[in-house]
Amino acid sequence: MVKDIMTGNKATAYGAMLARAQVVAAYPITPQTTIVERIADLIAEGKMKAKYIMVESEHSAMAATIAASNTGARAFTATSSHGLALMHEVLMWAAGARTPAVLVNVNRAMAPPWSVYADHQDAMAQRDTGVMQFWAENNQEILDSVIIAYKVAENKDILLPAMINQDAFYLSHTSEPVDIPDQELVDQYLPPFETEVKLDVDNPKGFGSFIMPPQYMEFRGHMARSMDKAREVIRKADREWEELTGRSYGGLMDMYRCEDAEFILFGAGTMMSTAKDVVDELRKEGRKVGIARLRVFRPFPVDEVRYLADRVHAIGVLDRTYTFGYGGPLFNEMNSQMYNHGKRPPTKNYIIGVGGRDVRPKHIRGIFDDLEKVSKEGYGEEGEIHWWGLLDGKTPEEEL
Amino acid sequence: MAKLTIPEEELMRAGHMGCLGCGATMAMRYVLKAAGPRTILSIPACCWAVMPGVWPNTCLAVPELYTPFETTGASISGIRAALDVQGQEDVNVIGFAGDGGTADIGIQALSGCADRNDNVLYIMYDNEAYMNTGIQRSGSTPVGAWTTTTPVGKTGAWEKSPKKSVADIMIAHRIPYVATASVAYPEDLIRKVNKALSIKGTKFIQIYSPCPTGWKMDPGLTVKIAREAVSSRAFPLFEVEEGVMTITMKPKKTPLKEYLHMQGRFRHMPRELIEEQEKILDMKWEELLFREECSKNTP
Repeated sequence: MVKDIMTGNKATAYGAMLARAQVVAAYPITPQTTIVERIADLIAEGKMKAKYIMVESEHSAMAATIAASNTGARAFTATSSHGLALMHEVLMWAAGARTPAVLVNVNRAMAPPWSVYADHQDAMAQRDTGVMQFWAENNQEILDSVIIAYKVAENKDILLPAMINQDAFYLSHTSEPVDIPDQELVDQYLPPFETEVKLDVDNPKGFGSFIMPPQYMEFRGHMARSMDKAREVIRKADREWEELTGRSYGGLMDMYRCEDAEFILFGAGTMMSTAKDVVDELRKEGRKVGIARLRVFRPFPVDEVRYLADRVHAIGVLDRTYTFGYGGPLFNEMNSQMYNHGKRPPTKNYIIGVGGRDVRPKHIRGIFDDLEKVSKEGYGEEGEIHWWGLLDGKTPEEEL
Repeated sequence: MAKLTIPEEELMRAGHMGCLGCGATMAMRYVLKAAGPRTILSIPACCWAVMPGVWPNTCLAVPELYTPFETTGASISGIRAALDVQGQEDVNVIGFAGDGGTADIGIQALSGCADRNDNVLYIMYDNEAYMNTGIQRSGSTPVGAWTTTTPVGKTGAWEKSPKKSVADIMIAHRIPYVATASVAYPEDLIRKVNKALSIKGTKFIQIYSPCPTGWKMDPGLTVKIAREAVSSRAFPLFEVEEGVMTITMKPKKTPLKEYLHMQGRFRHMPRELIEEQEKILDMKWEELLFREECSKNTP
C-alpha cells in the first residue's frame, strides 16, 4: 500500500484504474474535468488498460457506457451538475437495462444563476432513476467507493448502476492523504466482470425490446427487489473491504458517536466532517450528540433510520438543497421512513451550504442548540423547515 | 444454375411486425445478408424498435441492443470499444436508425462518432418522416410532402424546407466511406455494405426505404417507386470512398411528376412547385456529376 496526497478527482481516476475499468466514456465539465484529464494521462502512460471514448456530450457518455457494459466490459464515466441532468434519460436506461456501470458525480449547483460550487440538487434529482447512490465524505472514501460500487453493482442479484457523489472543490480539488491499495488486493476483492447476459454473436439476444403491460410491471418489480437486496450486499461489501484494508464506511449509514446520543444530525457529504468535529467539542461539554452521515441514499437506509428513531430525542436533517415543493430531500425521506414505524422523534430540516456556502462549526453548534430547543418547546412560529443563515438583506458578515 | 447475386443466408426471419410493402424491412434483410451473423445491431426508437416483435420474440438472428432515440452514434462506439478490449475486432457493429433518429435527434451523437472515426457502420434507413410515431415531418422530408404535421389544409401548409442532405453532412466529416443506396437495387446495396464493412473507421450508408403507410401509396409499388426515385434524381445513388465520389447509377432520366404522382403525400402539389423542384433536382444532379469529375483528380 502506498500513501499519496491527492485530490478527490485524482482519487476517482485511481479508483477507476484499480477497478480495472475497461471502457471510459466521459465529457469534461467543471469541476469534474481533472478526472477525465487524469484518466487520459493514466491511459497514455500505459498504467491503465482502457479504451477512452471522447464523446461529444454527457448524454452520449452514459449511452456509450451502457452499450459497453451491455457488451461485457467494465465501464466507467464521470460528470457533474448539468452533465448529470443531461444524462437523466440515460440514467433511467442504465438502470432499466440492468447495467452495472459506475459513475462518479462531482456535486455542483444547477444554474441559473451559474455556480460551480458544492450543492446536492444534481444527484438528489436523480433519486428515482434506479441508480444506486453512494455519498463520500473524503478522498479515501471516493477511491474505495469506486471499487466497492463495482463489487455491489456486478453482483448477479443486483445488476444496477452505481453513482458515487463527492462535493465540488471541497473534495474534487482539495488534496488529502489517501492510501492507494495494492492492485493484487483490489483484484482479490473485485474479480474481472463476467456476465452471461451480454451482446454476444454466439448467443444472439435482443436487449431492451418492446414489451407489453403484463410483462413490463414484472421487470420493474424485479428491479425494485434488486434495489432492496442491495442493502445487504452493500453491508457485506463494506465488511469485506474492511477485512482487507481496515476501512469501513458503515455500510449504508456512517454512525458517529450515536450509541447513547440524544440529539443527532443527519446529512450527506463533506459538511458532515465539520459536524463530527463539533460533536467532539460538544461531547467534551457533556452533551449527548451524534452524527448519522448518509453513506448510501439509494437504496435508502431504512433500518438505520428506524434504529435511530428508537433511541434519540430529536433529529436535525441537513439538506444541501431543496425540493422546491416542501422540505429538503433527506428530510422528506427520513420522515417518511419513520411514519409507519413505532417511534417518531421530532425532526427539523436545516437547509444549509446551498451552492457552496460555507458550513462552519458555529453553524452546526447553533443547529444543535436549536434542535434541543425544538425538542423541549416545539417548533414555534418558524415551523419545521429552516433555511439556516439566509441573509434576507443582511450583510454577509453578520451571518457568515 | 445461375450464380446467386444475393447471399442466400437469411438473418431476418419471418414474422416481422412491419406494414405491407415496408421498405425498411427490405433494407434490414439486405444489410444483414451482407453483414453476416458476426454482427451486433444497435437500434434506437424507430419502426425497427418494434418490428422485430414483442418480447420475448425477435425476427432478427443477430444480437440487438435497443437504445434511446438520440444515442445510436454513442451506442455503437460503446459496443465497438467493449468488443475491442475483449479482442473481438472481427465482429461488425452496425447502427440501424431511421431518418428522424439520424437527421434530427441523433445527429449530435452521430457527428461525435464520425469525428472519432470509430470502427462502425451507421445505416440510416430513410422513409422521409417519423413513421413509427405516425407520419410527422423530419429533417429528411422532401419539399411538398404531406405529413400529419405538414397537413396541407386550406393554406397549403405542406413541407416547405428542403430534404436535409445527411450524406453531405457525413462527407464533410471526412469519414472513409459514405454512400446512398436503395431497396430497389439490392445488389448495389449489398456491395456497398460489404465494401463499408471491409474499411476501418466510421462508415455511413443512407438507404432509401419507401413507406406505403406514410406515403399513401400502393404497397405493391415499393420497388417501382424506389426505382423512380433514382431515375427522377429525387434520390441519386452514389458512394464517396476516401473523398472520391462515384455515382453508382446513372439511369435514363424520368419526369419527377411520374414519381410524385404514385404517392398520395404529393397529390396536392401545384404544377409550378413540381417544375421548380425538378429544376432543383436537375441542378443537384449536375453538381453531383461535377463532383464526380473533380474526384478523378484526387491523388
